[in-house]
Order: sequence, then C-alpha cells, then structure tokens
Amino acid sequence: MSNTQTQQTQANILSAEKTRWIYRKMVEIRKFEEAVIKGTRNGSLGPFAHTSDGQEAVAVGTCAHLNEKDYITSTHRGHGHSIAKGGDLNTLMAEMAGKATGCDKGKGGSLHLADLTKGNIGANGVVGGGLPIACGAGLTAKLTKSGAVTVAFFGDGANNQGVFHEALNLAAIWKLPVVFVCENNKYGEYTWNGYATAATKISDRAAGYNIPGKTINGNDVVEVYQTVGEAIERARNGEGPSLIECETFRIQGHGISDPQIYKTEEEKQLHLTDEECIKKFKSYVTKHQLLSDKEMSEIDQSIEDTVEKALQFAINSPYPDAKELYTDVYVSY
Amino acid sequence: MSRQITTVQALNEAIKLAMRADERVIVMGEDVVGGTGLPHLEEQNIEAVGGAFRVTKGCSVEFGRERVLDTPISENTIVGTGVGAAITGLRPIVEVMFNDFLGYCLDAVMNQAAKFRYMYGGKANVPLVVRMPFGAGYGAGAQHSQTLYSMVTSVPGLKVVVPSSPYDAKGLLLAAVEDNDPVIFFESISLYGLKGEVPEGYYTIPLGKAEIKRAGSDVTIVAIGNMVQRALQAAEQLAAKGIDAEVVDPRTLSPLDEDTILASVEKTNRLVIVDESNPRCSAAADIAAIVQEKAFDNLDAPIKRVNAPHTPVPFSKPLEDLYTPSAENIIRAVAEVVNDESIIPV
Repeated sequence: MSNTQTQQTQANILSAEKTRWIYRKMVEIRKFEEAVIKGTRNGSLGPFAHTSDGQEAVAVGTCAHLNEKDYITSTHRGHGHSIAKGGDLNTLMAEMAGKATGCDKGKGGSLHLADLTKGNIGANGVVGGGLPIACGAGLTAKLTKSGAVTVAFFGDGANNQGVFHEALNLAAIWKLPVVFVCENNKYGEYTWNGYATAATKISDRAAGYNIPGKTINGNDVVEVYQTVGEAIERARNGEGPSLIECETFRIQGHGISDPQIYKTEEEKQLHLTDEECIKKFKSYVTKHQLLSDKEMSEIDQSIEDTVEKALQFAINSPYPDAKELYTDVYVSY
Repeated sequence: MSRQITTVQALNEAIKLAMRADERVIVMGEDVVGGTGLPHLEEQNIEAVGGAFRVTKGCSVEFGRERVLDTPISENTIVGTGVGAAITGLRPIVEVMFNDFLGYCLDAVMNQAAKFRYMYGGKANVPLVVRMPFGAGYGAGAQHSQTLYSMVTSVPGLKVVVPSSPYDAKGLLLAAVEDNDPVIFFESISLYGLKGEVPEGYYTIPLGKAEIKRAGSDVTIVAIGNMVQRALQAAEQLAAKGIDAEVVDPRTLSPLDEDTILASVEKTNRLVIVDESNPRCSAAADIAAIVQEKAFDNLDAPIKRVNAPHTPVPFSKPLEDLYTPSAENIIRAVAEVVNDESIIPV
C-alpha cells in the first residue's frame, strides 16, 4: 500500500463527527481534572482525588464505541470514564465537592463518581471491585438479549487481585459480552507493576482464559479506538470477552499530594513529549486534516468555559440536607 | 392432617414459585445444578445434584440452564456477578454453599451489594438474594459450621433473614426475592430436615416482622433461627415447672422488629436471648443493648444471653454438643433471670 493510500485508510477510521467528539471528550477530561486538582488543593472540592489526566485516550477511545444501553464499570481513578460515558460536568463536579446537586447527591464523592443513569454502573473504591459486577451486567445482557456490551475498566494494580482471574474465567466460560480494558499506568499506588506482576505483559494472562489478549499504546486514542472497537464488536456478536491492556501513564501521582519520587526524570517529563495523548491526537488530526487548529482552539475555549462553570456550580451548590444522611440506605426498611 | 414438608423442600418450592412468577429471577451458585457442561447429562436435561443441600433440586430441569447457572468455585465473583446482574435488571438468587465462605465474598456483600444504593445517590436498586447455610451440629468442623449472621447484620444496606421453620423459610424467601434491597438469607443446616406444615401456594412473610412463637407471661426468650426450636423445647420443660415462657422469633435481624421484643419484655419483665453466634458483637449482644436502652425500667433482672462460646466450632462430637446452645443452657439462663434454681433439671 502506498503512503497516500495508508493515509487515506487512516483518515477513514474516524468520521468527522467522531473526531470532534473524541477531541472534545479528551480535552473535557483534561480540563476537568485540572480543575479538580486546583479545587482539591484550595479546599473548594473534597479532601482528595485520584485524577486520570494523561490517561484520557483509554476512556475516550473505548467509550466512543458505546451507546446509552451499554455499561461500564470504573475505578478509583474514574473521573475520565464518567465523562466519556456521557456524565454531566456540572453534576460530576458538584459530586466532587459533596454537594446536594452532585450525581450521587454528594454521597459518593471522587471514589464513587458515577452517573448510573448513563450506563455507568460505578466507579469503585475497591481495586478490582468492578470486575465481577461487569460480569453481572454482561449476564443480564446475555439473558435478556439486549445487545448491550459492558466494558470493565481497571488498572494494572487490579490484575493481581484474585477477583480479576475469577471474573475473566467466568466471563470466558459463559461467553459474556464483556470487554476488560486495563489501564496500565505502571503503578498500583506507589508500587511498580514490573515488580508486582509476574507476567511480562498483563495481556498475556488472557491466554490462561482462552480469550484474546492484546497490549497496545494506550496514549494513542486511535489505536485504542480500533483495538477496543474490535473487541466490543466481538462481544456484541456473542463471541465472548477480550482483554486489552493499554499502556499509558498518569501525569499526577497516585493522589494529588503524591510527590512521585518513584518516577524517573524521564517519566516525569512524559507529558511534555509526543506521547502525551492529546498532543498525539492533535498531530494525528492535523496530519489527516480532520480538524483545523482554529476548530481545536474553539473547542478548547468552549471547554474552558464549561469546566469553569461546572466548578462554580459545584462551589455555589448547597450541601445535602442533614436528613440525607439517612436516606437511600434501603429502598424500604 | 395438612401437608408437612422439610425446610429444604419449602425453600425449593419457594425458589420454583419465584422463578415461575418472574422470569427475571435466576439462580446461580456452585453445584446448584451439578454436572453442567457434560454432554451426556445436558442432552437428557439431567442435573447431577441440585445444590449441596438439594435446595435447588429440579430447578434446572424446569427452568433450563440459562436461568439456573452452575458457577466455578469463585465466591467473590459469584456474588459480585449477582450484584451486577441485580443492578442491571435481573433478580438473582445466589447460593453460597456455606456461610463460612463469606471470607471470599465479603467484598461483594459488604462493599458492593450493601453500598450501591447509598453511594450512588439512591439511583441503584440491588434486588439480590444471597442464600447461605450456617451453623454447627453435624461434624463439619471450624470452617463449615460457623454462625455469621451477626457480622452481616452490622452492615447497613443489607437485610438479614434467619428463618426458624419450614413455613417461615418459604414465606421469607419469597419476600426476599420480591424485595428490592439486597437480602442475605441464612439457612440453619440443622433445620434443613425439620418437617412442618407448609401451604402449597405462593405466600410471603414481611421482612422486619417478628413472630411470637409461644405466648407466655413470666419470661421472654428471644431466639434466632434453629435456636427457636431449642427455645420452644426449653419452654415446654419450663412449663412443667410452672414457668410460662414467651418465645419471640425476630425472623429478620435487619430490619429488627424492636417493637415486638420490647412489648414482650414490658409484659414479662425478664429477657433471655438465645443465639448460636459467638458471643462478642453478636445479635444477642445487640438485642440486649437495645432492650436495656429502651426498656431498662421494665426489667426486673439483668438480661441473660445464651451464645456459643468464644471459640471456633470443634469437630469432636462431645465438644461440638457442648459448643451449641442447648435447651438445658436456656433453662439455666431462665433460672437466673427468674431467680429460681429449682427449675434446673438435675
């Protein structure tokens, strides 16, 4: 294939609408996380948060394939997944502040940031906690023949939980429409994955469950879009689960106050290189003439405004009424 | 005489009625069918076992293996899958073979099922029933005989049911399946073979409603699960000695019907609580605390608890017999609260 043909094929991967959506969502997540970092540090939001800046390509490239009936389960680093799955920035930000207008009425917070009305069945504070839940959503889809696919996002840390192996095994033997998307950002809290995981690649573990496993560049949203897209298609066609390992990096540490002394200087500079996912996508869309600089800067500006408004919405919203302490524990009691 | 069936048969009937009534009801667990995947069984729709205690016997034959699912031995994922299925529209009944395996699935029970509604701002319903057999008395030793309902009762967001008879088992299980909150359903292994009168049709017993199993005026005995049967035996022996005991069965520990317990204590002024849990932080300790807080003035004697000792369950038969609260233990406790040692059998 000639270079021109390759370029054309590449350019056809994303429609104009999808390109705009992907760019917009990635920037939304980045700006949202930057506001969260600021708001957490100055006390206008909650006391701590695990931000996903740097990992936007995984959430966005994956959710670009999902419709409203599809489900995701998310992680403690889940703000980006919520945004990519259609969460409203105002209510998400208000949740970060523990306000009554938050998507969880202020009762969930950063660790449980999720809009269940959007098919997001939960950011989970327990590492690996969402994996069996994704199997359950997959079982519902299979039995009711709804056609829905569930994506279970998890980090490299979760791949050493027993429940990871249980969930992959169950999804495999029941051929559940579930796609396991690992965001390997190299560190489970402060512990290096190279130390903590015996397998050379996390995706190698798919072989033990007789399902497809692939490791890809998680900073390349187009690669994520293509590879996860194939896995989602496979799941939708009733061919069962897949494991996709997306190698990426987190710009922040585990939490916002983490000094990251475990990172090499090179790792600390990664977000300034071409590997940074938004920069990478910008050069892709420029190369393939999918978006102009002007269009991108217009999108950037509108998101700046939207996120600033979300932050102000969060700050100006009331805290939950005291009686809310006691509601929503049970449907009936 | 009306129909008498065992607790296992009553539970089995409840599951089948629930599955007939609502196609969203599914059953999952280890060996709930048995032999899944073996062509020579599947071709003829034969189940290998129907549950370790036969509670799901015949379910796969009637409802098919899509709705009655054998699982690998993966308790955390079995219960977690139940949670995920429940929040997305099914009404799973999950069997955990012994309550001792809560060790593996406690995250799914405590952090997922119990928390979803609250931490997602009331948007999630978790209509999940997790059934688990419990209790000592048949030589299974320390890891298959515990009584762990107290531990689960301390977790908000869960409902906890402990039936004491075949009739209650059926009605409470059907109520649990209808309920939109996660219910942990504890089945006393020593009651599985107990026969009792059970109507054939569909009926429910409301969660959160205690029952006075025997009316009396001298002392209240609150007993849980299989201990209700022991308490009723003790009450018969006490009656022969002129002590009229009232036996109250909470039936569900969460919600707990405090009103019925307090009303009984107001009448009898004396309370013994019988609970097969280990004593520390037990259901008995909890009920004792509630009664002394809310009805201290009605008490004419200190509350007495009858629990298993603070030890694991031993294997050796004489030790296991000693471990489990007996009718005699109950009578001794009653003797203390009525201050009459003459009622203790010699």
